[in-house]
Formats: sequence, C-alpha cells, structure tokens
Amino acid sequence: MTNRSNIIKSVAVQTGVAGALVGIWTLVWACGFFHESALPSPLAVLRAFGTELGTWRLANDLIVSLFRVSCGFSIAVALGIPTGLWLGQRLAARKALLPLINFFRNLSPLAWMPFAILWFGVGDAATIFLIFLAAYFPVALATMAAVGSIPAVYFRVARAYGLNGVEKLTNVTLPAIMPQVITTLRVTAGLAWLIVVAAEMVAGRDGLGFAVMDSRNGLRTDLLIVQMIAIGLIGVAMDRVLMRLTRIPSVQWGYQR
Amino acid sequence: MEVLREISIGIEDGEFVALVGPSGCGKTTLLNILSGDDQSSSGSVDRQSRMRMVYQQDGLFPWQTVVENIALGLRHLTDPAELRRQIAQMVRLIQLEGFEDHYPHQLSGGMRQRVELARALAGESDILLLDEPFSSLDYLTRLRLRHELARLLHERPRTVVLVTHDIEEAAQLADRVIVLTERPAQIRRELRIRAPRPRDLTHPEVVHATRVILAELGIETEQATVEESQ
Repeated sequence: MTNRSNIIKSVAVQTGVAGALVGIWTLVWACGFFHESALPSPLAVLRAFGTELGTWRLANDLIVSLFRVSCGFSIAVALGIPTGLWLGQRLAARKALLPLINFFRNLSPLAWMPFAILWFGVGDAATIFLIFLAAYFPVALATMAAVGSIPAVYFRVARAYGLNGVEKLTNVTLPAIMPQVITTLRVTAGLAWLIVVAAEMVAGRDGLGFAVMDSRNGLRTDLLIVQMIAIGLIGVAMDRVLMRLTRIPSVQWGYQR
Repeated sequence: MEVLREISIGIEDGEFVALVGPSGCGKTTLLNILSGDDQSSSGSVDRQSRMRMVYQQDGLFPWQTVVENIALGLRHLTDPAELRRQIAQMVRLIQLEGFEDHYPHQLSGGMRQRVELARALAGESDILLLDEPFSSLDYLTRLRLRHELARLLHERPRTVVLVTHDIEEAAQLADRVIVLTERPAQIRRELRIRAPRPRDLTHPEVVHATRVILAELGIETEQATVEESQ
C-alpha cells in the first residue's frame, strides 16, 4: 500500500518536472527571445505530432531505425561475446590483439562513414555496419575484462566436480560474467542508439536521423522537436527493456554488492 | 621460493587430520598440493580415492540455487528421481529445508558453508579437504558449525584433512593435529587426540591439546609443555 502510494507520488513529481519544463519553454516562446522559425510553440509541436501520426511517417522512420539498431547490435553481441571469451582465456591472443581493439574502440564509428557509404551505399547496410562498429569493440572488451575477473576458485570447483569444455563454459564462465555483460549491453545499446541517428543523417534515406535532417532542411522546427522527443523516449524504452535482464534470478548476485 | 621442506604425512582411511601453523607457513599450499591444484617442485602425492574441497568462503556458485549447487556434487546420478531424493536428503541433513531455491547471497555465512559441506559430502568422494572452512564466520556460528561438521561426518564418514589457524577447532575436531613451523614449513609436532567425537570444547583432552599446540607455536608459556612431558 505504502509502496503503491510512493510510486504514485514519484510519478506525480516527475510529471510536475516535465510540466515545468514545458512551462519554461512556453514562457521563452511567448517572450519572443527567438525568432518564430527558431523556436516553435508547444502547441505547434503537438499539432505536428498529430499530423505525423496521421501520415505514419514518424512510425515508419522509427521502425526503420529500430530495425537497423537491432541488426547491428545483435551482430555485434553475437560476435563480440565470443571474441571477449576468447581474448579473456588466451593470453597470447590478448597480447597480440588488445592494442588493435583498443584503437578501434577509441576511433569514433562515425569516422568510418565515408567508407561505409563507399562500400555499402546509402541505406540499411551502411548504417548497420556503423552500429556494429560502435557496439562490437566495447562488448568484446567488456566481456574480456569480465572473464579475467572471474575468481579462480570457481574454476577449481568446476575441475573438482568434473565440469569441462562446453559444460564449464555454460555452467561457470558464462553465468559468472553474465551480470557484467548485461550492464555492458545496456551501455552499448544506448551507444548504438546515439550512433544510428548520426549515421542516418548522412548514410540514410529514411529513419529518425534522416527525418531530423529532412526537418532541418525544411526549417520544420516543430517536426524536429517531435522527432527529438521520439528519439529520447525510444532510447529510454530500450534501456528499460534491457534492464529487465537484471531481474533474472540467476544474475541477481552480481548486483548485490 | 621454498615453502615446504621434507614433509611426509601418511593419512589413514577415515582419519581426521588437522594442519595448524603460523599464518603464511604454507598450510594452504600443502592442501593445494594434496588436491592437485598446485604442483610441488619435488616429492609426490599418493592418493587412492576421489576428493572434494571446501573453501574458505564463496566457493558456491552464486548463480545457482542451494539445490543446484548440491546437485553439482551428484553429477554422476543419471536418474532424476534418485537425484531429487539424494538432494532432499542432503538438504535435510544440513537442516536447510525451505531454502532449496535460495541463492547463496540470500543466505547467511553459516548457511552458505553448510551448503558447501553438503555439496562436498554429496555423492561418492572419500576424502574431504577443508581449507579454513569456518574462518569467515563469527565465533558462535563457528562453534555451531564444528558440531555440525562432526555430526555430518558421523552420518557420512570421510577421511578429512583440515587446514586451520583456529587451534581450538583443530583440537576439538581432529584425531591427529600436525603442527607446522614457520616457512619453509616442517612438521614440528604430531599430536594424537583419542577422545571420541563429537567432543565438547571444554573436554579435558581438547583443553590439553589446545595448550600443547599453543605452546608449540610459542604463544603460551612453556608450562604446558612441561606438564605434558610429565
């Protein structure tokens, strides 16, 4: 009961804060600090949202962007976790490859943009490639670090109880790194979502990033704000979904310390 | 670095041997050589049967429930009904009924060590290696778990090698206490304790053994040694 009333209270406060922000916006708009075309009124934005819903353009761009992020992110995770496991267990591989991986991780994926377009053309493949680059290296590095930090006692127990090969991987190594991997997935998914918007601005013919550029070119600041709100909300929603992974009973231990 | 020097220990079937010594003297190294986790630079270990080890703390897999951890010790069972039966038996033995689906982080330190004991005692090992199994627990829990261990060993007899810095623990539990010297560790003294287990902490033989060990380690006065030699 108190728990429920607490939730209601905090939702009320949060709605109040959002409302205050809209209030300040309205005030700044009404005072006329900016030219009419530089800052739209909240009402204009609401109208633009209505028309966008009617034409399905926003929904379409959103689905396109989400599809690209899902593809690029999935490929990055599917390759990044095995890479990290391998690097975490093989000292020689780590010594040979770590500088290279660190280099690529610190190289903004957006710098690849010209090559992405040259190799894959404007469209899905180029943006998926950029998202993959943004997510693969952090996932591989974090998995490697997580493997390296598994307490030796777990492997001793595994050996004492006859867990070898695949069984050791599925019963010891993977569950031992899972909490850290889930945290990395959350951070990296956020990164991928940032990258997709930027990538689509240059290498897309649709998607939310392209829509933002389109609005800019048409000086449709009302639409721009609709798109910005959509981008932000989707990012939050993605993190909420991934946060659910932390509630799996067998990973809870990793978040208790 | 030379950690151990000329150590030769024979342990009989069903015997409970405790290794005590100054901290850092190589007790755990000796245990790791026995278990095969460490290799000695010279010498050999001749063991005739399967062994299991209980660690100081956090040897349980935190991603597995009590039941799943205990099942690790019963991996040789293929019949699910038999597996369930034996797990239930172990849970009853360590008196953790109702905690079957709890994860280690949801249990107290004493409960976790009981699960560790259950995992090690489940199945068909013959030798139990204990590496300071109760050292991370508070004093009262430690006393309780000593009784618990004595009781479990009565139900499931094993040959036991216990490494501990807790001299009372060694005196209360072991048939034979081996006192090691500073590094490089050598055997300083072997002490037999013949009183039947489980023993009380205040049992005269336990008290006597405690004093002898303390004197051997240079902590108490010589008086105990003098008394003992009379």
